[in-house]
Amino acid sequence: MKLGNVSRYLQIAPLAVLLMAFVVAPLTLVLVVSFYQYQHLIGIVPDFTLVNYFDVLTNLVNWKLYLSTLKFTVFTLAITLVLGFWIAYFLVFHVRNILIAIALFLVCTVPFWTSNIIRMISWKPLLGKYGLINQGLMSAGAVDEPVEWLLFSDFAVIVSYVHLYTLFMIVPIFNSMARIDKSLLEAAVNGGATRWGVVWNVILPLCKSGIALGSVFVVTLVMGDFFVVTVMSGGLSGSVTFGIFNDLKFLNYPRASANAVVLVIIVLIFAAGIMRLVDVRKELTR
Amino acid sequence: MKNKKREVNNLSRRQVLKGAAATAGAVAGSGGIGGFPTIWAQNIKDITLNHTGMSYSTLIDISRQASQDLGFTVEMSVVDHAGLTNRMVQDPESIDVADAEIWQTKLFVPQGVTQAVDIGRIELWDKVTPLYTQGVFAGQEVSRQGDSPYEIMYRDGKDATSFASGPTGWATFLPGVYNADTLGIRPDLVGRGVEKWGDLFSSEFAGKAAIQNIPTIGIMDAIMAMESAGEIAYGDKGNPTREEIDATIDKLIELKRDGHWRALWNTFDESVNLMASGEVVIQSMWSPAVTAVRSQGIPCTYQPLAEGYRGWGNGLALMSHLEGLQLDAAYEYLNWYISGWVGGFIAKQGYYISVPETAKANLSDNEWGFFYDGQEASADIVSPTGMKTNSAGEKRDGGSFEERFANVAVWNNLMDEAAYLFPKWNEFNAA
Repeated sequence: MKLGNVSRYLQIAPLAVLLMAFVVAPLTLVLVVSFYQYQHLIGIVPDFTLVNYFDVLTNLVNWKLYLSTLKFTVFTLAITLVLGFWIAYFLVFHVRNILIAIALFLVCTVPFWTSNIIRMISWKPLLGKYGLINQGLMSAGAVDEPVEWLLFSDFAVIVSYVHLYTLFMIVPIFNSMARIDKSLLEAAVNGGATRWGVVWNVILPLCKSGIALGSVFVVTLVMGDFFVVTVMSGGLSGSVTFGIFNDLKFLNYPRASANAVVLVIIVLIFAAGIMRLVDVRKELTR
Repeated sequence: MKNKKREVNNLSRRQVLKGAAATAGAVAGSGGIGGFPTIWAQNIKDITLNHTGMSYSTLIDISRQASQDLGFTVEMSVVDHAGLTNRMVQDPESIDVADAEIWQTKLFVPQGVTQAVDIGRIELWDKVTPLYTQGVFAGQEVSRQGDSPYEIMYRDGKDATSFASGPTGWATFLPGVYNADTLGIRPDLVGRGVEKWGDLFSSEFAGKAAIQNIPTIGIMDAIMAMESAGEIAYGDKGNPTREEIDATIDKLIELKRDGHWRALWNTFDESVNLMASGEVVIQSMWSPAVTAVRSQGIPCTYQPLAEGYRGWGNGLALMSHLEGLQLDAAYEYLNWYISGWVGGFIAKQGYYISVPETAKANLSDNEWGFFYDGQEASADIVSPTGMKTNSAGEKRDGGSFEERFANVAVWNNLMDEAAYLFPKWNEFNAA
């Protein structure tokens, strides 16, 4: 029994050490700095203050940035959820040959062979004022002037997010769907369920864990993103992380840290909410 | 060979010290001080100097050439503006020579992290442009709006933590590279002549204009445009009041809501891409970005404007911890820096060096005529990377060195209300 305990601790030790070193320690540092004072353009002064949190929470601009980030999160989550669910559905239930299904699944990962930045920037020649879409529209006579809202707009930001993050939705949903016993579907059909009834009453509840995990991925990725929103909106749309970045430009680490702590708390609330809706641990050990 | 070079150098050192106009002229004619290295020690090769600065002037090519010429190692660390002041103050020993902008001196000098440069040890000090050393240029007083170089040039002693009101034997830093900035345009797409800063706000360019999203400099471009467009007359463009900042940011936000800004750019390459792709036809720009667009074969003009230029400048500051042989090496590097090679190299980036005379010997007659004298190029002009930037027959935008610097209206600066400006700029970002 005693030996069992020791071996259990030994088994979790590597992961625990990694998490302590690369998650807990840096976050603690951020938390500590968020209570320090800031000296104009010089940086941190180790002296306790709550003024950073006061600034972050009372600043109207900051609230706007949070709303903007929330907007991107909701849109991206909704679109990737619909896309991810139906792509996974197609792969699991419509492609009969398991080899072809796996091959198609791998095709979904092809864009990931290049970096995030390249995938995002590759939208620019497509969406730009003189990009492929505008050239096509103009030569087809659909528009006289190039359509400008395609690039450097919220639209462009969401297109990039959907492109970058849909796979994070597909993978967990695919995983939970693949474990659904096909005889359940047959039983449902035999019992008189319609095709939609099967999707709604059988498949959807059984992939709750996949949807929950995918949503956590997408929410954390979008809320923590700095680069996509800046580049694809041409600096015209704000985000929380951009507010943090602006503070860092002037070495205001304390306020940036306070803002980061608030952001972490909000993301954690989101994640906790999703986890409350679905008991992922139970679903996974099912 | 080395000994011979050393003799030449000793000769020129004496000549400079003598200060006779004729001999000084001879030195200038021969391309200034040559024959580095001038310090000799068994362990000189063990010395490493760390030069830290921003990407546009902290160039690996310079450290390579310096290490080769000087017999010790010069290494380059690139940081952004905030990163430089932060490191100078928080971790001063990690830097030996700081390549700082004029306005940054107002941050680090009071912190006492640098030692003033002993002017007696700078052999070519008399040749340094009066733009820095006397606050005059081409016989006229240089604009004092913003942080002009002369105002921060001197300190009362080696360890003084404030600026002296006039020339002393101690310089805040060794003047380095500088330039006069203006707006970049696509002459083929603007559809009319662009003559004033106010054109940046012109509704004709709605959806085709961009401004740099770097508050300290972006605000200056906005202020130039505001005053030119007749929106407000500033008391001092280099030091606006809170009301003036409010009015400026409100205008920027209004333009943003009207869709005037196609984009706000944060990095050098973004500005190049916006211009090269034709998304934007008029915007804030830095000189090498114009060169980068042109080297793609796309027309781009660094447009001189009626109200004048936004000037900026750098200098090399010595960190306080330098002493003994390492300090000797640092002075050696400073003397080398203005001795010609750097001046020739950075001229092709569109920048100027504090001792133009020595740069001349490192440029062809065609290049000197083009970059400094504002003459037509007699042959194609190529960038340091070998790309063609101008064809024979073309003139440099804005004309000669003298024409440009006689027309600096305002200097990049750290305004008194900077702490007020930054959150206001965030409002513009979030609007």
